[in-house]
Amino acid sequence: MVYKREDGRKLTQTRDMEAKVGIIPNAIGSAMFRIGKTIAYATVYGPRELYPRFLQDPSKGILRCNYNMMPFASSGERSRPGPNRRAKEISLITEKALAPVIDLSKFPNAVVDVFVELPQCDAGSRCAGICAASMALADAGIAMKDLVAAVAVGRVEDQILVDLNYIEDSYEGGTDLPLAIIPSTGQITLLQMDGVMTKEQLKKAFDLATVTCKQIYEIQKAALKNKFGVQAQ
Amino acid sequence: MKNHIIKLLNQGIRLDGRKLEEFRQPLTVEKGSFPQAEGSARVKIGNTDVIVGIKLETMVPYPDQPGQGSIMVGAELLPMASPDFESGPPSTDSIELARVVDRGIRESGALDFKKLCITEGEKVWMITIDIVPVNADGNLFDAASLGAIAALQDVKFPVIDDNGKIDYKHKTNKGLPLNKVPIEVTVYKIGKDFLIDPSRDEEKFVDARLTIATLEDGTVSAFQKGGNDALTQEEIFNAIDIAVAKGKELRKLL
Repeated sequence: MVYKREDGRKLTQTRDMEAKVGIIPNAIGSAMFRIGKTIAYATVYGPRELYPRFLQDPSKGILRCNYNMMPFASSGERSRPGPNRRAKEISLITEKALAPVIDLSKFPNAVVDVFVELPQCDAGSRCAGICAASMALADAGIAMKDLVAAVAVGRVEDQILVDLNYIEDSYEGGTDLPLAIIPSTGQITLLQMDGVMTKEQLKKAFDLATVTCKQIYEIQKAALKNKFGVQAQ
Repeated sequence: MKNHIIKLLNQGIRLDGRKLEEFRQPLTVEKGSFPQAEGSARVKIGNTDVIVGIKLETMVPYPDQPGQGSIMVGAELLPMASPDFESGPPSTDSIELARVVDRGIRESGALDFKKLCITEGEKVWMITIDIVPVNADGNLFDAASLGAIAALQDVKFPVIDDNGKIDYKHKTNKGLPLNKVPIEVTVYKIGKDFLIDPSRDEEKFVDARLTIATLEDGTVSAFQKGGNDALTQEEIFNAIDIAVAKGKELRKLL
């Protein structure tokens, strides 16, 4: 069966995207990434001293991420504020998605805090959060090998598609596969999957994610250049 | 630093060159910023940036008010918004902020709670107002309460389907039964001087503050005093005059 996307997109087409850097003046670095109705803000505070002290690492600084949805962010009922199991897991995988590109060896005993906050969610929030967070880290001047771009790909019926919206994400019998990629090397730093796929479908999905992450990467770079007054080419 | 601020205030100026009774710029209210919520608004006062989101739910009414809906106000001082905020359970500051905003709305009679009743004794609307500072640079009280009123004005009821369940994907054209527009202005005292809209730097040296909610006709509908200094009756009435005058400025933004 051929699945037609309810919002009229092509299978390889993302929702419209927008990125901004330096949106929160109190933070050392900050960024916004929007994909469709999903909006993520990220702020970076630090490097600053890490307390309690037993968490400190004398050999390098620590990256600490926190993902949080605002209580009114999702369609449907209000969600109770504060971390739940889902938010804690996403905080952890966000940290792991970003850790491979950043170098905190010059900041022993310190922490770099990344706060990802979502005022509005319509699927794809962990990926939007990672996109925003990597721009915010760059904005904060943290030493990085590259940015990280992330997107969810998936399967609905027999079709592989990119950037699932809420309907596609919760499609019965479908598969959701969020990925984060280091665009310059193609390495994958976040990989999760809910659902079933054949090896061939997986290959197709990975390729689609890689191509899409390169598009996201351009948007991220343009937003950073825009903040620092460099003309985008 | 405090001496420096006081010295300047005695000359009628602020650290950033403003007058004592002047709001920072930009001073903006944007409604409907997050359309997936039933109501939302974003207020910017200088670098202070606050989001307010409203969700509507149905619930069984409280036993003492079987024919009335209700509101609930929450505020979260997220560590995203300031290096002074920490993760963890709600701080006393965030609870005070939420309660002051709540009082400003509830006690003014702005909302007709009886019109939020669906079936007496069984089902009423619950309006949850969540305040989230994005960048906290002082004077969250005024920004949050202004945002709450703007978001209430933005609310559209969701559709209730045939089974009596809320269909959050579809909104009606019906807004909330708002009768009055209470506006909160907080007057701050540093040394002997009274000022409004302090920045984060100034807020650290505040001796006393008084949040005053006023209505169009100049009636006062709520108070909250904070800070460690006492205030005289004369000072309080002066503060009310400031709150009414400045409230008019804010009212124009809605």
